[in-house]
Amino acid sequence: MAGAPGDEARRAVAEAHRREWAFVLAATARVTRDLDIAEECVQDAYVAALDAWARQGVPRNPGAWLTTAARHRALDGLRRDRTLRAKLPLLIVPGAEQEPAGAADGAIPDDRLRLIFTCCHPALAREAQVALTLRLVCGLTTGEIAQAFLVSEPTMAARVTRAKKKISAARIAYRVPEAAELPDRIDAVLTVVHLLYTTGHTDPVGSGLVRADLVERAVGLARMLHELMPDEPEVTGLLALLLITDARRAARTDNAGNLLLLEQQDRSLWDSGAIAVGGALVAEALRRGAPGRFALQAAIAAVHAEAPSYPATDWAQILLLYDRLIRVWPSPVVALNRAVAVAMVCGPQAALAEIEELERDGRLDGYRYLPATKADLLRRLGRLVQARAAYAEALGLAENAAERSFLAGRIAEMSRPTQGP
Amino acid sequence: MTKYAILIYEAESGYAEGGPDVWQEVGQAHGRFSGQVGEKGGKIEGGEALQPTSTATSIRGDVVTDGPFAETKEALGGFYLIDARDLDHAIEIARLCPARFGGVEVRPIMDTTGMG
Repeated sequence: MAGAPGDEARRAVAEAHRREWAFVLAATARVTRDLDIAEECVQDAYVAALDAWARQGVPRNPGAWLTTAARHRALDGLRRDRTLRAKLPLLIVPGAEQEPAGAADGAIPDDRLRLIFTCCHPALAREAQVALTLRLVCGLTTGEIAQAFLVSEPTMAARVTRAKKKISAARIAYRVPEAAELPDRIDAVLTVVHLLYTTGHTDPVGSGLVRADLVERAVGLARMLHELMPDEPEVTGLLALLLITDARRAARTDNAGNLLLLEQQDRSLWDSGAIAVGGALVAEALRRGAPGRFALQAAIAAVHAEAPSYPATDWAQILLLYDRLIRVWPSPVVALNRAVAVAMVCGPQAALAEIEELERDGRLDGYRYLPATKADLLRRLGRLVQARAAYAEALGLAENAAERSFLAGRIAEMSRPTQGP
Repeated sequence: MTKYAILIYEAESGYAEGGPDVWQEVGQAHGRFSGQVGEKGGKIEGGEALQPTSTATSIRGDVVTDGPFAETKEALGGFYLIDARDLDHAIEIARLCPARFGGVEVRPIMDTTGMG
């Protein structure tokens, strides 16, 4: 008989865990001035919510309820036991030492940006930034994060603990960076979110191509950042990039789980609603001028997404965007992707010259998409023996099952005797 | 304010080969740095330059050996002790610290009060 309210409470708590964790933890950390203690208090608040919401119903504003509960716990703890107060309290600066005047009547300041900028501080190693973001901003358990990154739970626990210790001991401030340093710091945050997405998007060693939970966490973080920093074009660009890339998810593999290239995908399976939203965000990001790497990548993805077919894509526009991208982000991976556009505009021979240049450069040694792209160009030039060798090289580097089976299929194709003209 | 050490790691060969001109330039650079720390709102609490590692003696357990504790291309050649608001502020200051033949490392100072 009490099943229904209990179920409803459980659902509401799970929903609040997904949507409100960052808000509740960020606001609680301001009171505890210690990330570990804040986490404990927030965990306790979620446990208390299960019982309270089943008895009294789900509150109108679950985030505020949870924050108030977590902060009460924190204050009780501090009153009861002074030693709970961390020896090196979290450095809350500047001008935010006091709660805003309205705090007493339930207005809780939104500290999520402080939290994510602290988690993604450049003085922390990238892998620590990623782990802390999943732990503190998304509320994932250490076990879940370890699983997502294919390391043991003790290894991940040690990584998280070490990073938290550094925040406290090295006095990494709990704050939003100043305007002068903001572009670099935003880039670090966006890099972490993008890394989460790509890790989920091509599950590096898994058998499926997409680890949906990581992808959804990344898209959720990008939405949150866009909500909190609507005027930052790179933030808008990242959200657009993730939405448009993810809109193709259903078309990326066939029913047997085999990888399908962009040119082989059934475009009717693409999520046109998400593409439209992404396209509007791209336009918004570009309107602000001097687009950065995320806005330009999103623009490229949008041109692909809006094309009726692979051959009918506006390749000249794509090449133009890659030219701009490589100026703001001179990375060999960008040069490799640009070579694909060169092949479409100027032919495979011209693109092959650029690939060989990249091989000499050496920075992409061991990167499976370099031989895979080269193989495809050689195949189109009819140089099948060399194409086969390049596919084999790519296969030797690929770990994802869907990618491996695609490459093996190509090798088999190259090995068949050439058919007529 | 928090105390940080700025540890200066440089290739000693740079000074050995550079001669007196380099010494003079670096000396002036450190003079300018002292002024800049104050302008940035920090404070230098102390600091020293060290004689080269060829003068070092290492002791591990009972064994005394000639030379630095670890042979590295870039060796600890000096340090500053500064006061800064937080790590970002300390990094902002440390960026200005002269280290033409290497770089610097920023380390927070441990508060040992109450450790007995």
